Amino acid sequence: MSERFREAYLIERIKFGLLSPQEIRKMAKVNVIRSDIYEADGSPVMGGLRDPHFGAIEPGERCPVCGNTREECPGHFGRIELARPVLLPHLGDKIHAILQATCRKCGKLRLTSERIEYLKRIYVRLKDKWPTLAETMIKSIVKEASDVKECPHCGERQFEIKYTRPIIFFERRAEGEVRLFPTEIRDRLERVPNDHVLLLGIDPERARPEWMVLTVLPVPPLSVRPSITLETGLRAEDDLTHALAEIVRQNDKLKSLLSASAPEGMIEDTWLTLQHVVSSYIDNELPNTYQLSHRRRRPLKTLAQRLKGKEGRFRGNLSGKRVNFSARTVISPDPYISVNEVGVPIDVAMTLTVQMTVTEYNIEEARKYVANGPYKWPGAVLLHKAKTDRKIDLRYQKNYKQLAKELEPGDIIERHLMTGDIVLFNRQPTLHRMSIMGHIVRVMPGKTFRINLLVCPPYNADFDGDEMNLHVLRLEEAQSEARELLLVEKNILTPRYGGPIIGGRQDYISGAYILTIKTRLYTEQEVSRLLARAGVAVELPEPAILKPRPLWTGKQLVSLFLPEDLDFAGKSKVNTGALKCDSENCLNDSYIVVRRGKLLSGVLDKNAIGAEQPGNLLHIVALEYGEAKARELLDTLFRMFIRSLEIKGLTISYHSIEIGEAAKKEIERLTQEAKKEIEELIKKYEEGSLEPIPGRTLEESLELMIIERLQRLRSSAGEVAIKYLDPFSDIFIMAKTGARGSDVNITQMASMLGQQIVRGKRLTRGFRTRTLAHFAEGDKSPESRGFIKGNFRDGLRPTEMFFHAVAGREGLIDTAVKTSQSGYMQRRLINALQDLFVTYDGTVRDFWGNVIQLKYGEDGVDPSRTYHGKAVDIDRIIERVRVQRVKKR
Amino acid sequence: MTSLKVSLKAAKEILPESLYKELEEKLKRAEDLTPAQKQRVVEETVRRYIESMVEPGEPVGTVAAQSIGEPGTQMTLRTFHYAGLMEFDVTLGLPRLIEIVDAKREPSTPIMEIYLDEEHRYSEEKAKEVARKIEYTTLEKVMSSIEYMIGEREVRVTLDPEMLEDKGVSPEDVLNAINGTGLGRAVLEGNVIRLELSEKAVPDESLYDLKALKEIEAKLRKLYIKGKKGINRTSIRVADEKVVDGKVVREYMIITEGSNLAEVLEVEGVDHTRTTTNNIFEIMEVLGIEAARNAIIEEIMNVLEDSGLDVDIRHVMLVADVITWSGTIRQIGRLGVAGEKPSALARAAFEVTVHQLYDAAAAGEEESLRGVTESIIAGLPPRVGTGQVVASVEIRRGGNGGSGPS
Repeated sequence: MSERFREAYLIERIKFGLLSPQEIRKMAKVNVIRSDIYEADGSPVMGGLRDPHFGAIEPGERCPVCGNTREECPGHFGRIELARPVLLPHLGDKIHAILQATCRKCGKLRLTSERIEYLKRIYVRLKDKWPTLAETMIKSIVKEASDVKECPHCGERQFEIKYTRPIIFFERRAEGEVRLFPTEIRDRLERVPNDHVLLLGIDPERARPEWMVLTVLPVPPLSVRPSITLETGLRAEDDLTHALAEIVRQNDKLKSLLSASAPEGMIEDTWLTLQHVVSSYIDNELPNTYQLSHRRRRPLKTLAQRLKGKEGRFRGNLSGKRVNFSARTVISPDPYISVNEVGVPIDVAMTLTVQMTVTEYNIEEARKYVANGPYKWPGAVLLHKAKTDRKIDLRYQKNYKQLAKELEPGDIIERHLMTGDIVLFNRQPTLHRMSIMGHIVRVMPGKTFRINLLVCPPYNADFDGDEMNLHVLRLEEAQSEARELLLVEKNILTPRYGGPIIGGRQDYISGAYILTIKTRLYTEQEVSRLLARAGVAVELPEPAILKPRPLWTGKQLVSLFLPEDLDFAGKSKVNTGALKCDSENCLNDSYIVVRRGKLLSGVLDKNAIGAEQPGNLLHIVALEYGEAKARELLDTLFRMFIRSLEIKGLTISYHSIEIGEAAKKEIERLTQEAKKEIEELIKKYEEGSLEPIPGRTLEESLELMIIERLQRLRSSAGEVAIKYLDPFSDIFIMAKTGARGSDVNITQMASMLGQQIVRGKRLTRGFRTRTLAHFAEGDKSPESRGFIKGNFRDGLRPTEMFFHAVAGREGLIDTAVKTSQSGYMQRRLINALQDLFVTYDGTVRDFWGNVIQLKYGEDGVDPSRTYHGKAVDIDRIIERVRVQRVKKR
Repeated sequence: MTSLKVSLKAAKEILPESLYKELEEKLKRAEDLTPAQKQRVVEETVRRYIESMVEPGEPVGTVAAQSIGEPGTQMTLRTFHYAGLMEFDVTLGLPRLIEIVDAKREPSTPIMEIYLDEEHRYSEEKAKEVARKIEYTTLEKVMSSIEYMIGEREVRVTLDPEMLEDKGVSPEDVLNAINGTGLGRAVLEGNVIRLELSEKAVPDESLYDLKALKEIEAKLRKLYIKGKKGINRTSIRVADEKVVDGKVVREYMIITEGSNLAEVLEVEGVDHTRTTTNNIFEIMEVLGIEAARNAIIEEIMNVLEDSGLDVDIRHVMLVADVITWSGTIRQIGRLGVAGEKPSALARAAFEVTVHQLYDAAAAGEEESLRGVTESIIAGLPPRVGTGQVVASVEIRRGGNGGSGPS
């Protein structure tokens, strides 16, 4: 561990509380009495807000209080003695509760002594065990006490206290409402005895009630509110300084009024102003309060604004931090690097560095880096000599060779990032843990990060301009942890559903299909090419066909990669429609059967090698043969899939969606049929003879029926198109294998777009009684309400194009709304659940020892190690044992 | 032989009940296996189970939250027809998920699924009978018009015989209900009910007050006749279809818009073992917190499945357990789980930062920096996963300058 990370510097506990006036005075080094900041000669005013006693902040300045320079001086507080006390604005509710629950004369809780003793006993026990219950109890105590109208201790009559926001109190006395001034409130709060304060949920040790009324205001040190010098040489003070100056001004005004014994009304007005200004200094967004602002009307950013919100201190600087040793650039694909790797541009590799301690074992290596210097990769940027404890920045050195020679064990160098280092790689939005994974660096020419295409699904990345972040791991502990737990191959299986999240998409899938279909046979040359791409050198199996020349099947090639004793059976994605079959004896070649590591039948497609397909081939391999084996498949077999596409080629064109005149006629016929039916429905509706769907109005029923009919039309029109198209065309291969597109997409291209829907209804809005000026008013016919007869191939009519745009816009809005809503939901979920973990006894607990579950998920099973949620696949085990018997005989 | 028994016994100790039962069942069916092979199956099953257990320290909470939150963007926003029925709309997708997690008291589309007892479930007529008892029926639903004249005491309510029959209400029922209002005496004449407003209920002067008359009309329209409060509409559906002895046997059930579990369960003919609602608060009040937990799990799983998303049930269970853990339903958010955390820093880092800090100051709270957020704020490694393990090796700085353990 680095020396900067020492236990002495770690925070152990934080105590919260209010500052007492004594404490404020004790820590204050300046009594601020003047509202001006600089003297005429530009030096800070003593007793002003830039008094040097607030701490050293200028370079070279020495603090008059502690004698340190600005690096060491922690800054010192000052104080403003308020002429009259003011209330802390956020504690209004608490002050109100205390005033209501205690006697206005003797300050005791308005309950009998016995009752107080009794409550105290319960409260003390409740407080540690059930804090939320204790809170509820306090509420009921306050309620109980404030209902008492006569003090049980001194017999004084009590009045209701009215609290108006932001911070004004009235007492409803017999003679009418009387305002309670902070002085009066403070006196009353002072009288409340300690053990009674406790029962109001306030810790008297750390927050005496009277401290909620300020008599002296602490002024933060200059390091909290540094001034900036503009290019013009003008000084601009921090917002806090401006707010404080305003407080000093109002305070002065009040002081002079008091000493001049001005009329009570004027004093009260100024006092109230002071209250407002102090309130705004603490929180400038209080309702019904005068907002402090610059001359240019921009509201000041005061204390609360610094802490609040996403960019505030808490969420912006404490929960989320900025880091060094990171890089960000565009990503681009490289199918020939391992899934575990990331291609790093050489410029990045020369900027990011890793610490390396020189030992007698690596000294030669280290010398090489130092000799290369900072501008030649692989080099070093910094050299820390152990003996002299001196840091040498190599950028300002010329004699690299000499320094390299002088290197000795114990020195520490900052060397360039190198091939083989491990780094973290991340793409936002970081929605799950697979959004940050460990990659092995591979330094490359170019300016972009390169990733294997197979890791796109977990990152949800594509290459249309996506950028990603890279973080160097600097401690050995972190590096080895990343290698063991965060590496891409350790994340093949997702905990979300017990299946592989990494796997083929698009070309990998169509490639696998093309490779493994029965109709493709490969010559020796082709086989060599395929296997060469996979990067393996193996002896070829017996060819499937010997004469006239040796030919191999794709299945034979796939089998070369599978584990020797792998058994697998499952349906292909293409196992639908005409190719449907339910048993392993499948003549359509759509049932995958792997026996003893040999792919016997079935084509490989999305269901076998796709990403996010639980129970597929890749999943079984990862679960039963380990993730390393699965990664090996990804790095070899999958490359061959792509290569097979390079041999065969896969493309679509304008002509692949041509359906011919006969089909068009048939679609036209179907359309007319549907239109006629709809016309009849409309007629019936107008006559009033339409039978409504129960619970719906007549009009709603009509709309539902029309939509239903038009949807039927679209699907039958789609069927026609699919019937007439060549089922072996590339476009169908893509749709059927699950590589890209679906039957709906093909229908939309070749046949018809169908009814456009907005908010579950046909289009209605636009003009007052019609969608577009092209139609008659009140027209209910399909084409005037967003039905699109056209397709993408032949093009849309102008009105159709308009309707399509309307429905498309809805989709865009939906996505925008969804992302913000689901983002917030996830933030809340994480916040509620992040403290839960599995303990060594198998229970799920939080850090306070509360047991949330007795056994995680009721069976203690990690979802990522399951077969789609099932811990054990007993059928597979039985099958295995059975096969082993066959082997023995 | 004995060893199979022994390993089965051991398996029973180790495996969860359902898995053990499955194992037993499947072994029984695999008749071709020898006892030795069966034993291998048992042993392998136990081995795989143990291999698949979670590791201590695993931050299952975060994993669950991510697993449910991550697919959120892929969810739909719209409402759909209830399971293909055109009669009802039901909120699904992201809005419904947020509703559950928010612990809203009333779902935006409350729906009940009422199953019927042995006597009523096989006939549509009998199912309808039960439905009539349940559906909240007001005078408005069974009348065709209501008439009155300014200055006159007579109000004529014309009943709709078709609706009366549909709702299973007799004209006498309506008459009794009107008489029960205390507005006056009513008599039945065929399909018309004449109500003579009494002087006590309506003084003479308000007979000319249009507003008062309108109020009376509104009161009559909303007059309760029968049914359970909150159930606005009912619909009969086929729950199950079986062929028994060559005959098709259909089981009917009732779907309702609106929910009132407590009262519906008491209606005769309702199968109280299967009837449910999507109002989780009602389930908690009527059936208890454990039932509410199960309801949350089921509802969330339903939403996810309807959106075609695949999320392991264990994550959903954990969320449901966190919501119900305290004995009541707490929302996931500022007003519930996240707001009740023992750490002030964690609360401040979530929402309403300034108020949390003031509350912590007044209560004199002490921050022990145990949780994940607090650790990050203080610059400490969070104590989950590998951060939980605190092991240190003493490193002696030897003369060779090496930094290996010696």
